[in-house]
Amino acid sequence: MGVTLSVPTDAGRRRIEELLQENEERVLKRWLEIAGSSSSSHVDRSSLAGQLRELYQALRQSLDGSGDSDLRGLLAELSRSRARQGFTPTETAVVVFGLKEALYESIETDGSPEALRGFIWFSQLIDDLGLLTMENYAAAREKVIIDQAEQLLELSTPVVKLWEGIVAVPLVGTLDSARTQVVMEKLLQTLVDTGSEHAVIDITGVPAVDTQVAQHLLKTVVAARLMGAECVISGIRPQIAHTIVTLGIEFGDIVTKASLADALAHALRESGVEFVSRKTRVAVRTEED
Amino acid sequence: MDRVPVLKLGDILIVSIQIDLQDQSVLALQEDLADKVVATGARGVIIDITAVEIVDSFIGRMLATIAAISRMLDAETVVVGMRPAVAITLVELGLSLGGVRTALNLEKGVALLNHLEGSRIAAAVQ
Repeated sequence: MGVTLSVPTDAGRRRIEELLQENEERVLKRWLEIAGSSSSSHVDRSSLAGQLRELYQALRQSLDGSGDSDLRGLLAELSRSRARQGFTPTETAVVVFGLKEALYESIETDGSPEALRGFIWFSQLIDDLGLLTMENYAAAREKVIIDQAEQLLELSTPVVKLWEGIVAVPLVGTLDSARTQVVMEKLLQTLVDTGSEHAVIDITGVPAVDTQVAQHLLKTVVAARLMGAECVISGIRPQIAHTIVTLGIEFGDIVTKASLADALAHALRESGVEFVSRKTRVAVRTEED
Repeated sequence: MDRVPVLKLGDILIVSIQIDLQDQSVLALQEDLADKVVATGARGVIIDITAVEIVDSFIGRMLATIAAISRMLDAETVVVGMRPAVAITLVELGLSLGGVRTALNLEKGVALLNHLEGSRIAAAVQ
């Protein structure tokens, strides 16, 4: 069975190789049309033509059996650069799959049964190359996302000093376990380094609080308490207060305040600083114990 | 077996843990401390764990036990100098050291004990 099938397949493959050689200019022109029309405006026609010609040469070389890695390398490079430039997956894939359609027209004109049989084999080959392209594209995209996540992690955890002995962490963005871990460690380390006894965790910029986020916050507060510092959670918006109560999350004896200003006032009061209004000006007096 | 020294400063006892604690040394420390509290009539005990880098539930329980013993003898216990990593580990273990007071460093621990003593006397006067 294998023998009866393999003879015509080989014949088909040979015919395809011949067609690729004979109709090179025609197929390339059609390929460029297909690939160019599907890509949006930000594609450079001349550079695309260059890329396609290179791919075409590499494909023919790999069919001759004179080096396969070149084609794969080119495809990988193409998909990587397209992923970074923000092309959609479809736009990237069509560049490869377009060759099938472009060649098919030449095969129709040829009309021989070998060519048609060969086209099935050729189409499988292109499918494989297309899959390779998509794999590279996805890997490149993933790398971009990982890089950005790392940058975000570095950017997003400042610990600021509000007063002598009072530090604050303004949290912005969604909290997950990894981020909370970073925030927690940084806050606790700052408490040690500055000898601050009061910390304010401000969650004004946190879009949503679920049980997991609340759990992380509670852990941070308890850890700070173990080290001998008190934490206040501030910036709880009305919707978030509603969510917390609906979810049945217990904050226990942890002090929560609506705004950062309230939290600062609370921390100052706790550390023995007193505010006194004097006519219009506000004076601050520290009470010595 | 290494013994942890118990230092007396005024009416406060200071224990600074700088070795890897074994079961035997912990038991010895608890005995020494109880004896010393009774002998000196100390009103406060400060346990300094600045040098402790690795904790487990055993250390957590030790701290709670020492606090309980001291409270029986009318002395407040303050744990000072806990490292962030240690605090996080204890929280992850689910130990919150209820009943043990904490302070960031030795200085603040002494201040806390003085403050507590002050409010205790104030309460007695009223």
